[in-house]
Amino acid sequence: MLIESRLVDGVRRIAVGGDWVAAAAPDLDAAVAGCETGGERTLLDGSGLGSLDLTGAWFLRRLEGRVAAGGAACEWRGARPEALAFTATLFEASPASPSAPVPRPVADRPLDLLGRWTVRRGTQIHDALEFLGRIYYVFGGAVVRPSRLRAKSVVRHVYETGLQAVPIVALIAFLISVIVAYIGAQELRQFGGDVFVVDLVTVSVLRELGVLLTAIIVAGRSGSAFAAEIGVMRLNEEVDALRAIGMNVVEVLVLPRILGLMIALPLLTVLADAMGLAGGAVLSWLLLDIPFNQFMVRMQDAMAPTTFWAGLLKAPVFAFVIAMVGTFRGIQVRDSSRELGRLTTVAVVESIFLVLFVDAVFAVAYWEFDF
Amino acid sequence: MAAAEPQTVSVRVRGLVNRFGTQVVHDGLDMDVRRGEVFGIVGGSGSGKSVLLRTILGLQRPKAGSVELDGRDLAGLHGAELRKVKRGYGVTFQAGALFSALTVAQNIQLPILETCTLPAEVLDGLADLKIRLVGLPPEAGAKFPAQLSGGMVKRAALARALALDPPLLFLDEPTAGLDPIAAAAFDELLLFLQRTLRLTVVMVTHDLDTIYRTCNRVGVIVDRRMVCGTLDEIERHEHPWIREYFHGARGRAGRRQ
Repeated sequence: MLIESRLVDGVRRIAVGGDWVAAAAPDLDAAVAGCETGGERTLLDGSGLGSLDLTGAWFLRRLEGRVAAGGAACEWRGARPEALAFTATLFEASPASPSAPVPRPVADRPLDLLGRWTVRRGTQIHDALEFLGRIYYVFGGAVVRPSRLRAKSVVRHVYETGLQAVPIVALIAFLISVIVAYIGAQELRQFGGDVFVVDLVTVSVLRELGVLLTAIIVAGRSGSAFAAEIGVMRLNEEVDALRAIGMNVVEVLVLPRILGLMIALPLLTVLADAMGLAGGAVLSWLLLDIPFNQFMVRMQDAMAPTTFWAGLLKAPVFAFVIAMVGTFRGIQVRDSSRELGRLTTVAVVESIFLVLFVDAVFAVAYWEFDF
Repeated sequence: MAAAEPQTVSVRVRGLVNRFGTQVVHDGLDMDVRRGEVFGIVGGSGSGKSVLLRTILGLQRPKAGSVELDGRDLAGLHGAELRKVKRGYGVTFQAGALFSALTVAQNIQLPILETCTLPAEVLDGLADLKIRLVGLPPEAGAKFPAQLSGGMVKRAALARALALDPPLLFLDEPTAGLDPIAAAAFDELLLFLQRTLRLTVVMVTHDLDTIYRTCNRVGVIVDRRMVCGTLDEIERHEHPWIREYFHGARGRAGRRQ
């Protein structure tokens, strides 16, 4: 029994006993909360106490507080436990425990929220534009003095974002084009237009699917890696160390990643195009009995001179967007691991959104210029 | 060194061997920490002080040898039993290792919440208690680790280590990186807590002032083994590294106080 409370002739006798230790905290809390108080005076008796640690002492102090709140004087029979006296001294210096300011409910302050949101967005757009400007500035400097391009670093990023992504890009391009061809064949067969599957696959893969899927895969793979890598460097103060040594962070960390990805993504797109066409050819052969050589002829007919380039032209632009967003978000990481996770997520979501947005701009532009 | 009585030994290490590839860090290391004492682990850079601490904490399996905490061999324990032993000690790491996504108060509450559920008000009260205990201002509880100074991080880490009122405390370089005044204040705090809470403290440190101020006994790691003893015994030891360490310019400065 942790607490025994009895009322005898108007005197409240509270006997505490057993082990008042951290491991028993929930029981202590329940016992203190459930303890009956009241009576003219209160006598506390700690003679039955076993072990008492600071957590236990904190609960004893809470018990004293409950007794005192009832208006009764609080006396200890025998000595007041040492740990309790010690705990009490801790609270003497600044007795009021600071309570966190209670935030007003969201509904109360829509204008406040709108204002904050607007300022935050505005600052972010400003920061992003500034970042873009610094990239151009550093790139301009690097063109004049090519030694600042850091070829070694660029090659490493081409390898990591390009070569290592080959299997997954090849597989996904192949499968997607098989799916497009399969569904296309089902629909077109109703009109007896089986052979137009070849046109469908050729145009959709070369103009859109090849480059778009590759960009989305790379955004997930490398955009997140850029943000996380630079983010951890921020948390370790490595970025500050670079600055202190006098190195330009954009030149060392950002530009090599952007250039590396701008080289890797077009190459991956060519691969995705090839694998997509191969997927279409295999399915046409298996499902529609179109032999490879006939597929090739039909494919040549379906392609305008610009079809292949219309897709490939977008790759470096997508690469720039992905790498810029990834590195920008990485540099924004501050203070905590949670921030790192949040900004890595933001980097991937934003770069995929921006890739699709830029793709839409390209589609309109191609339409206007009849490309 | 005569082996201490088993019931008074809090941490017992026997024949410890740690190897990384071809690099031998410990080779037959023995160590005894008696209950209620402050034990300092000393050694040159790269002599394996932190590795020893990590092995005792069970974060790393030794190649050979045994580690006993309160007479229980860590190697034979699993699951709930191991968790129970781990709740019996508190640890601070070199860089604090506070969880950066949580406030100081939440950092302290985390180990408590792992063992039981308590109302928010009680948790806040207990965190407040530990924050005051280590000498942080009460408003520090709402701050995030990135907002704290180096000395405050060390204190907050100590508060988290004390969250469950463990009888045994491991400290890895608790005063490293603090200015001499803050380091001295940390020494006093440690002594005060150790006296009041009757803690056993095992401390890895380079700080001779801290050693002379707080430690009852020290263990020096030399030649992949440990030489244990009181400060007087260790000072008289004839090993050249130990002589250099305790009788060099810095050692004399520490002893004068």
